[in-house]
Amino acid sequence: MAKGANESFAESMRMTGRSHYDVAIIGAGMSGLAAGIRLAHFGKRVCIFERHNAPGGLNGFYSIGGRKFDVGLHAMTNFVAPGMRGTPLGKLLRQLRIDRDEFALCAQKQSRIAFGSQGGQSLRFTNDFAVLESEIAAKFPRQIDGWRALVREVKGYDDVSLDVPTVSARKVVARHLTDPLLSAMIFCPLMYYGSAQERDMDFAQFVIMFKALFLEGFARPLAGVRQIIRVLLEKYRQAGGERRMKCGVARIVERQGRAAALVLDNGEEVIATHVISSAGFAETMRMCMPPKLTEAMQNTGTLSFVETITILNRQPEEFGWGDDTIVFFNDSEQFMYERPKAQVDLRSGVICLPSNFLYGPARMPEGILRVTCLADYDRWMRLPETVYQADKRRWFAEIQLSARRFMPSVDEAELTRATVATDMFTPRTVERFTGHFHGTIYGAPRKIRQGTTHLENLYLCGTDQGFLGIVGAMLSGISMANYHILQKEHAGRAPG
Amino acid sequence: MTKEECKKLVLDIIADIAPDEDLGNVKPDVKLRDQLQLDSMDFLDIVMELRKRHGIEVPEADYMQLASLDSCAEYLTPKFNAASTGKA
Repeated sequence: MAKGANESFAESMRMTGRSHYDVAIIGAGMSGLAAGIRLAHFGKRVCIFERHNAPGGLNGFYSIGGRKFDVGLHAMTNFVAPGMRGTPLGKLLRQLRIDRDEFALCAQKQSRIAFGSQGGQSLRFTNDFAVLESEIAAKFPRQIDGWRALVREVKGYDDVSLDVPTVSARKVVARHLTDPLLSAMIFCPLMYYGSAQERDMDFAQFVIMFKALFLEGFARPLAGVRQIIRVLLEKYRQAGGERRMKCGVARIVERQGRAAALVLDNGEEVIATHVISSAGFAETMRMCMPPKLTEAMQNTGTLSFVETITILNRQPEEFGWGDDTIVFFNDSEQFMYERPKAQVDLRSGVICLPSNFLYGPARMPEGILRVTCLADYDRWMRLPETVYQADKRRWFAEIQLSARRFMPSVDEAELTRATVATDMFTPRTVERFTGHFHGTIYGAPRKIRQGTTHLENLYLCGTDQGFLGIVGAMLSGISMANYHILQKEHAGRAPG
Repeated sequence: MTKEECKKLVLDIIADIAPDEDLGNVKPDVKLRDQLQLDSMDFLDIVMELRKRHGIEVPEADYMQLASLDSCAEYLTPKFNAASTGKA
């Protein structure tokens, strides 16, 4: 590597008064922070630029009325007990030099997939994979051999490879499972917790999610996502990384096939040898000068969500809601994971009771009930502000009613009395706070595994690189930092 | 530096990279990969930590020299000694 040339380049940048970094990272979410920690740890001069005033991105947190809310986190997936080898969580902890205890993860109690009216068809699963298998053996006895074959195929699949062909997961699963109900019940959680594609998934994504939810499992720190973010911020700071908040990147200036400079929201110009963007594929393409609008349009997600959050002055167990941590529900004839033809699709969704993790003697200060449903971006976006507020209230009630069909029943008046605060996000909220076009959570339908773009020194990480969930997001940042920067640079150091 | 000291430095690095591994009984003549759960990402980290902490470069062609603790000591001790003489 021509080290001298680089130094003189950096020198000339200092002379012109512009900031120069080895790596500029767009976005202080999970993936951007993880990439930043890796690079700073190995001596790179790194700066993360974040438009928002708080870190975390799609997995951040916020406060209203003195209460702290997690933006999106129901549960951290990919949880394995200490000592389990070769898993994404283990890799991530090693690569970021994080001690397991720092995340303070507590395992889930149990989760359910509940289909049919009142959830008549149900499959229970926990962090012990054998539970799901025995449920399937009991409830779908004719499918158990197919199920085991599917599990073997999933286990044998190299899901972290950066170079795999796209295959329809529906087709692969249909080879093993012939009962459409079981198939739909398996797809439902995997789609809800990570699919940017309607109706089907790429098999690679299916495998990542299957491992993350079923073969591994759910956990949560008592303090929620803040715990994770605090650890990442501290590691990044210790490693010497810089962070500029409320300081978004407005444009990526292209010269001779390279990202030559970044223009910040305040007009300031920044130079970096490498740029890693966690803003999303389409969002990054639109930042480029000149922008790649066609490419951006062709790979923008269509799926968005609403979520209701209800804060209760007592714990869920006091309502007789049992040990459910997460419930994936559906009561339509055919489970439809697609953009709804109304503001919200009430037929399916996800219930989360964050109190139901094994926190030991500690307890959450208040009970929380979260419900997520599919939502239509356009129908939410075109509303005038007053109608928007009224619609939020109306749908809040509808969503909660729909979800409660799948939980032990509770007197309406009692629940209302116990409710001390509520909040709700819509596709509008997601777009406003994360900058993701169309209010998408899981980003672009086609993932860019290698993270490469039309510019040689601009790479993607995060949701649109395609590793899913919080652990996936962090691994994405790590992988892209390793693959595009650390490994290449190292290989470039010839002997002698 | 002796070869034993060199092995200790390598083990220190592995302890930081893989704190979940039990390093109490690592056999010096057995491949690290065969007794510890280390993948290629971890080996890259060992190489990068050697550079970061001790200024020692291990070119890609020599990665196989790091297979066991004994081979690490064989390969790295002269490099450590050359580096410290260089500084003096």
